[in-house]
Amino acid sequence: MPTIVVDVMPKAELLDPQGKAVAGALDRLGHTGFSGVRIGKRFELTVDTADEATLAAVKTIADEILSNAVIEDVVGIEVVE
Amino acid sequence: MTARIGVITFPGSLDDTDAQRAIRLAGAEPVALWHGSHDLEGVDALVLPGGFSYGDYLRAGAIAARAPIMAEVKDAAERGMPILGICNGFQMLVEAHLLPGGLIRNAHQQFIRRDQRLRVENASTAWTSQFEVGQEITIPLKNADGGYICSAETLKQIEGDGLVAFRYVGVNPNGSLDDIAGVTNARGNVVGLMPHPEHAVEAGFGPNTPDAMRSGVDGLAFFTSALAAVTTAAA
Repeated sequence: MPTIVVDVMPKAELLDPQGKAVAGALDRLGHTGFSGVRIGKRFELTVDTADEATLAAVKTIADEILSNAVIEDVVGIEVVE
Repeated sequence: MTARIGVITFPGSLDDTDAQRAIRLAGAEPVALWHGSHDLEGVDALVLPGGFSYGDYLRAGAIAARAPIMAEVKDAAERGMPILGICNGFQMLVEAHLLPGGLIRNAHQQFIRRDQRLRVENASTAWTSQFEVGQEITIPLKNADGGYICSAETLKQIEGDGLVAFRYVGVNPNGSLDDIAGVTNARGNVVGLMPHPEHAVEAGFGPNTPDAMRSGVDGLAFFTSALAAVTTAAA
């Protein structure tokens, strides 16, 4: 069955405390050269058919439920067979 | 007439009975309401309590903000009913777009619990009329996702319109923009804040004060303010 993947990221201009903590840990562990880390979310929605109507519904769900436009952006919606 | 103030319990609410107790101590009648219902049981005001509804899954308050009863909460907000969101309840109100901005993980990544000093910035709301602008109060704070953020444009607007209701004093415990601890809507009936007024309503069980341990009761005025708002509206 097809899976629709939705990727959500914290808005670029806003602080991402989790990413900042991981960036700090990387540096502490000697993995230099990573000036930034940002942590987002990946949603995998299993569907019967990934037709246009389903994709339109996923777009709505992604904008209204899976993300909060005040703090996050939907950065990708992709069908994975 | 005794004012009836509803407290909605969601799966994972923790401070619903504390909020009911605060309402009782303020002289109103608490009414226990259930997230899965569509019935506000004719209450005059509403409290969305603290806790970790749905384990903070998805985003803090996000799933609870889409609970069945929230349709009625939105209608009530539209009609001007006093609605207070405390901590997780504040997170629900921003997720429901009843208040501006959003709340994210604390900048230091830690859960924090402290007796928090706040400055009252707006004493014209349904939940703050018994305070004075500039008054400093101390009530407990306890959260992991209390960082208040919004776009630069929204920040300018809420600061310009006086919609910041409370600001942190001394310590900004979570990295909130402009030390914002709580906000109101333009009408002043919907207020949300991260600290917990319901935990500072009875001497012996509140935050410490210079006078005595656990003697702080600064939270009581939130609930007496609502009582005054409801009584005025009914008169």
